[in-house]
Amino acid sequence: METVEYKSNQKTKTQQKMNGAQAVVHSLLAEGVDLIFGYPGGAIMPVYDALYDYENELTHILVRHEQGATHAAQGYARASGKVGVCIATSGPGATNLITGIADAQIDSTPMVCITGQVASPLLGTDAFQETDVIGISMPVTKWNCQVTKASEIPGAIAKAFYIARTGKPGPVLVDITKDAQFEMLEFSYKKFKGMRSYVTCPALNLTKVQEAAKIINSAKRPLVLFGQGVILSGAESQFQNFIEKAGLPSAWTIMGLSALDSDHYLNVGMLGMHGNYAPNKLTNECDVLIAVGMRFDDRVTGDLSRYAKQAKVIHLEIDPAEVDKNVKADVAVLGDAKEALLALFQCVENREHKEWLQEFRKLEFEEYREVIKEELNPSQGELTMGEVIRSVNDHTEGKAIVVTDVGQHQMVSCRYAKFKQSRSLITSGGLGTMGFCLPAAIGAKFAKPNREVVAVIGDGGFQMTIQELGTIFQTKTPVKIVVLNNEFLGMVRQWQELFFDKRYASTTMVNPDFQKIVQGYDIKTKKVTERDQLNASVQEMLEFEGAYFLEVKVGKENNVFPMVPTGASVSEIRLK
Amino acid sequence: MKKRYTISVFTEDMVGLLNRVTIVFTRRKINIESIAASDSEVKDIHRYTIVVTETEDTVKKVTLQLEKQVEVIKAVYHLDDEVIYQEIALFKVPTSILLQGGEAEYIVRSHHARVLSVEAQFTVIEKTGHAEETQNLFDELEPFGILEFVRSGRVAITKPMRTLTSIVHELENT
Repeated sequence: METVEYKSNQKTKTQQKMNGAQAVVHSLLAEGVDLIFGYPGGAIMPVYDALYDYENELTHILVRHEQGATHAAQGYARASGKVGVCIATSGPGATNLITGIADAQIDSTPMVCITGQVASPLLGTDAFQETDVIGISMPVTKWNCQVTKASEIPGAIAKAFYIARTGKPGPVLVDITKDAQFEMLEFSYKKFKGMRSYVTCPALNLTKVQEAAKIINSAKRPLVLFGQGVILSGAESQFQNFIEKAGLPSAWTIMGLSALDSDHYLNVGMLGMHGNYAPNKLTNECDVLIAVGMRFDDRVTGDLSRYAKQAKVIHLEIDPAEVDKNVKADVAVLGDAKEALLALFQCVENREHKEWLQEFRKLEFEEYREVIKEELNPSQGELTMGEVIRSVNDHTEGKAIVVTDVGQHQMVSCRYAKFKQSRSLITSGGLGTMGFCLPAAIGAKFAKPNREVVAVIGDGGFQMTIQELGTIFQTKTPVKIVVLNNEFLGMVRQWQELFFDKRYASTTMVNPDFQKIVQGYDIKTKKVTERDQLNASVQEMLEFEGAYFLEVKVGKENNVFPMVPTGASVSEIRLK
Repeated sequence: MKKRYTISVFTEDMVGLLNRVTIVFTRRKINIESIAASDSEVKDIHRYTIVVTETEDTVKKVTLQLEKQVEVIKAVYHLDDEVIYQEIALFKVPTSILLQGGEAEYIVRSHHARVLSVEAQFTVIEKTGHAEETQNLFDELEPFGILEFVRSGRVAITKPMRTLTSIVHELENT
């Protein structure tokens, strides 16, 4: 195998003998990494010492908590499509990564985490800051390994990057003992080329493609459900060509959001618990369901025993373990979404399905009349979350990257934010990690410095990773932070109202003065309490050059509707 | 309906992989009835033989989850009648019981068990067979006093003729 060429300064180019810590840095450079997020500590100090010599080539962003490093790396990965990298010390540094790793695992985000570990003779002795991070992270990583010899470092990192980004992407962790970081080695880097036990992508079966096409061609009421698979395989245009040719109404999971233009005539909206009325209702009336790169999560399907039973199901999926896991497929097309969609495009016939599409439009209008109109353009009463998002849409014209936290504001953002470009909505979908947004927005802004990044957060989630304001302050990252403050843990409160007799157990938030806190970080702030201040304030925020914090006081007890209650069928979706 | 399945997992040789494999079961609260790890006929490929009692649907999904692990080469599952399987049991009994009137000795002979070691104080007997067979011997020897007993996990050879070598060959050429 050939040795990889990569940029590095003159001094080290000729110097092949180095220590393990330098090998970590050189390996990252060889993988094309130019930005990492992390937090130093005892067991990772040699790597930080090595990083000190490479500040121009490898930027390290000092976060304020290791969890912030993982979410920032996730935001970076999701916005850019590249592998996010974070670095932490042993013990608490390593355990603080776990939430972000679990989030990346369930949302298939490519991420490489490097942790320091106590020196190998101390392993298993309960040494200072020793924790079994390999054991702890095993259930939530795609792959992990511990390195105790310097000579193993380049190989382990090469393998880590390969596994993180190929196939169904995911987080990997490389744990490196401190003695391995100090040990000398002869450095050479070989890109990892694959292994027999790891099939990154099943080969496309053309017979299955033809079977699928036959069903699609004879469908009268087809419905496409698309997920993040379309984005991960870079298949946005192939997807659009496919649905346009076959005339397929297409609904998205929140992980698939922004893969298709919000205003595309075949975009029929959001699936799932707080999704749109039409696609949920009509899931149980379509004759063919075509799932593209999505995994039938329970938040999307509701009660499985009453989910699309009338429909023939076609499932385009890269991961064999996802086929038939929740919903039985009549035809499963295994493989990369782009390849599968290209092949399928060739086999499907031109269709329009005008009348069927009209049924979506009718239900859309019903939802507009009952829910959306008042949510987006209320004339009186408290401010709604929806009108804030509408105002952001009006000023960004769908060109911003919207990052959300978890809860009511997340559902509202996903429902109403408009997108013209893929990889523009970054949210914690599978794990539902409160505190995700602020650090993820930092990562997204580093990935796409020329795009507007708007972080929409609730007052609860904001306080879960509020310390990352320090990262914004130090790095001067110009993210726009919109906190929708209802002084409640809104989503839980909504459930308490609907399903727990309004017993608001521990959901009231007595909040500090966020303005003062944020001002302490020298970030420009504004608080909106009245409707007539909203548009001008959003405009001011977006026109401001640096970071900006906009707090909007929204209705305390507003609910997100429509809603598919837990245990109900998607067709039982409620408008109020 | 739940049935007893033997899952054979072929893997690369890697520290910690057994943990990854068992996590697939424990996460779904599936009890592993027995597990055995060994080499296979192919150099550098290890195999785990895992016995569970579950529905076929669950076993199928678990097998796919096992194959999803980066260092798992192949995972297959079989019903009892699709595999040839054995377990080995060792019994430590007082040597004296084999000298008293020959009844215990008769039991050992009738079960086709082997005597591995005879010491002044104790004798070690080996019986290979299905769990039911080693259990029968245990039940019959128990009244005489068993000092120590141990039974291995199941090891199994599958009846279908597809060889690991051919699977590996296929994977290495894709």
